[in-house]
Amino acid sequence: MDIHTLRIIWFVLIATLWVGYLVLEGFDFGVGMLLPVLGRTDTERRVVINTIGPVWDGNEVWLITAGGATFAAFPLWYSTLFSAFYLPLLLILVALILRGVAFEYRGKVDDDRWRRRWDTAIIFGSAVPALVWGIAFGNMVHGLRVEHYRAGPFSVLLHAFTPYALLTGLTTVTLFLLHGALFLGLKTRDDLRERAVRIAGKLSIPTAAVAGAWAVWTQLSYGKTWTWVPVLAAAACLAGVVLAARAGREAPGFALTSLTTVLAVVIIFGSLYPNVLPLLGGESLTIDNASSTRTTLTVMTWVAVVMTPVVVAYTTWTYWVFRRRLGLGDIPVPIGRPHRPDPAS
Amino acid sequence: MSALDLSRWQFGITTVYHFIFVPLTIGLAPLVAGLQTAWVRTGDERWLRLTKFFGKLFLINFAMGVVTGIVQEFQFGMNWSEYSRFVGDVFGAPLALEALIAFFLESTFLGLWIFGWDRLSPRVHLATIWLAAVGVVTSAYFIIAANSFMQHPVGVVFNPVTKRAELTSLLDVLTNSTTLAAFPHTVTASFVVSGTFVAGIAGWWTVRSAKAGREDDASMYRSALRLGLAVLVVSGAGVAYTGDVQSKLMFAQQPMKMAAAEALCDTEKGAGFSLVAVGDLGNACDVRQITVPGLTSFLATGDFAGELKGVKDLQKEYSRLYGPGDYVPLLPATYWNFRMMIGFGAFSAALALAGLWLTRKGAIPSSDRFAQLALLALPMPFLANATGWIFTEMGRQPWIVAPNPTGDPRNRFLTAEAVSPYVDTPTVALSLVVFTVLYGTLAVVWFQLMRRYAAAGAPVVPAAGSSSGPSDDEDSPLSFAY
Repeated sequence: MDIHTLRIIWFVLIATLWVGYLVLEGFDFGVGMLLPVLGRTDTERRVVINTIGPVWDGNEVWLITAGGATFAAFPLWYSTLFSAFYLPLLLILVALILRGVAFEYRGKVDDDRWRRRWDTAIIFGSAVPALVWGIAFGNMVHGLRVEHYRAGPFSVLLHAFTPYALLTGLTTVTLFLLHGALFLGLKTRDDLRERAVRIAGKLSIPTAAVAGAWAVWTQLSYGKTWTWVPVLAAAACLAGVVLAARAGREAPGFALTSLTTVLAVVIIFGSLYPNVLPLLGGESLTIDNASSTRTTLTVMTWVAVVMTPVVVAYTTWTYWVFRRRLGLGDIPVPIGRPHRPDPAS
Repeated sequence: MSALDLSRWQFGITTVYHFIFVPLTIGLAPLVAGLQTAWVRTGDERWLRLTKFFGKLFLINFAMGVVTGIVQEFQFGMNWSEYSRFVGDVFGAPLALEALIAFFLESTFLGLWIFGWDRLSPRVHLATIWLAAVGVVTSAYFIIAANSFMQHPVGVVFNPVTKRAELTSLLDVLTNSTTLAAFPHTVTASFVVSGTFVAGIAGWWTVRSAKAGREDDASMYRSALRLGLAVLVVSGAGVAYTGDVQSKLMFAQQPMKMAAAEALCDTEKGAGFSLVAVGDLGNACDVRQITVPGLTSFLATGDFAGELKGVKDLQKEYSRLYGPGDYVPLLPATYWNFRMMIGFGAFSAALALAGLWLTRKGAIPSSDRFAQLALLALPMPFLANATGWIFTEMGRQPWIVAPNPTGDPRNRFLTAEAVSPYVDTPTVALSLVVFTVLYGTLAVVWFQLMRRYAAAGAPVVPAAGSSSGPSDDEDSPLSFAY
């Protein structure tokens, strides 16, 4: 295959990895952010957390794979983006570290104060990446000013809070909240399910307004003619989400928020192409000048062709194994050790 | 301090920290899988109790390895962007493969294992922990391949136009002789960690149970102790053998590193192995050492009279080849870390010998001294792993990609050139402080949880039949939930 085709393939593959990450971890973030809203008692909070218990770690691997694939396929994109967005990435890392440990450690000690601390970590660790990824993507689409990049990460951060980037951040937060609420509607029963769906109904109109405004702004400022297609499709999905969520139908609602997330990634990467990182006041990084060599891209393509279906297959099977809805009755008594070690044991 | 110095500290701190948890994960996953296999095959409840006991400790530890691992991947771009630009074509591939082939496998199947006790049949559930273990060990392979490229670049050609190293063969990178030596060394070292961990904790519990007259428990823990000791003996021999293979390779591939390991200043025939050094071991080369004559020459070349190049001659040679500069690693760091690696490893060997002696012919150890030794041995292989890596990485300095003596010398890169050019001192100072404080806090939490769960002992499991096999009963609680 010629190098240009390979570059396009890898641009699309990296977009696909972001689709996997944002669709899957998107509802994880939503579930985490809704923890204090839906979980009024400890048992309710445990139901909420356990809806994503078996899958959150696998969902996060999409991010690591996206990072690794960017490193391998577009080293200049990876090195410029990660060093420029140093501080937002630091914040995301701290959030993801706290969140991951919180899931695993929260139930390990049977003590209310202990659990409350880790709940805070889950909420912080879900809300911060949901917002920061949005702001970062907004900045990536808009492009990076070379003089800010050269003045260091603080300068990049200081100039990151443009209205467009903030709208992108608001879009990811609201969309993931809604996505998470619908996911909880799908994965819980009884009272929790009803409340999750009700919250989704309430969230649906503001989310559709914010995400719709973001899609149109992106199209008008950065879009191409063909990106009208995903923009209009996203608008149709958002309208459908409002109808489904308000009618209390979580399954079609969840399918549509997933599709909206896919389309948002299509809009972002479609607007970027053929750039991978527009550098304002300098020569932009494109799929051509930022990529690896033909050898690397070819061998990586083969690995991706063989491995991706396998990963998708066992991931799907995992969701099938844990398809059952959870209710309060599913939650066993706390298994954590008492706060003070029992001296007799 | 400059952004370069701070970035070095940050990479060192976060990597050594990450590698506290990783060897235990690598070594313990197959052992937990083995314990569970014993349970599935025999139906003996004691194996199930041990599976749950060490499985819980495994999970507390695994979480830390996972979350600190993301930092590792991101840091190459954040702090070492020039490095990423220079080698991304070669170095990114194993990282991407690691995520796609290994990380998905380990995280997905571990999720299935944790939550799948009553959702999967015993055999399928057993398969999930084995697949997770395969994922864990596979990830080690890819990351060692990536690291070995930095020690000994192969499968690569230098492009003078882009000034970047470009991949010629991924297979060559993955079958680098350095990888083939370093991977078994790292994996056997990880089994020394897990063998000591299992033997240490089970040994302590054996003594405790025996003294309290709980014979069933004592015999259960004794089984785990014997398993840990067996793993320790085999992996201990393996780590010594692979270490020997690796050091011979290193004498050929990175002579400066091995000269620095011995603080061998002048080229010598029949160089001795230094046991300790007295005096100031700066880079000044004026210390008196107590040495075993000829041993280093023997270890490096297989001949007690073999000639080894010293630091001074290598410095001259490198200056001629690569231009003026200081090519000598920090000698006190390489010299002492190399010795600490071996010394800490010897502690595990002491545990192995004592344990085997005390459990011979079905005996159940009950001496307090053995219980103390068991606990004392626990941290030792962790320290051996950490000091071994500190030696390997600091011994490679000043290079981030050390030149391959038999390859294209243009495929070389100094750590000082590799740092992100626009990431300034305040930025790295901030992240260094944030990571150090966060990691320090989490280390305390991790240690307390590990201690608490180790001190709680193996849980009592419900009577056979009630906890195994898929359950479709909507009303029964999950057998496990966060």
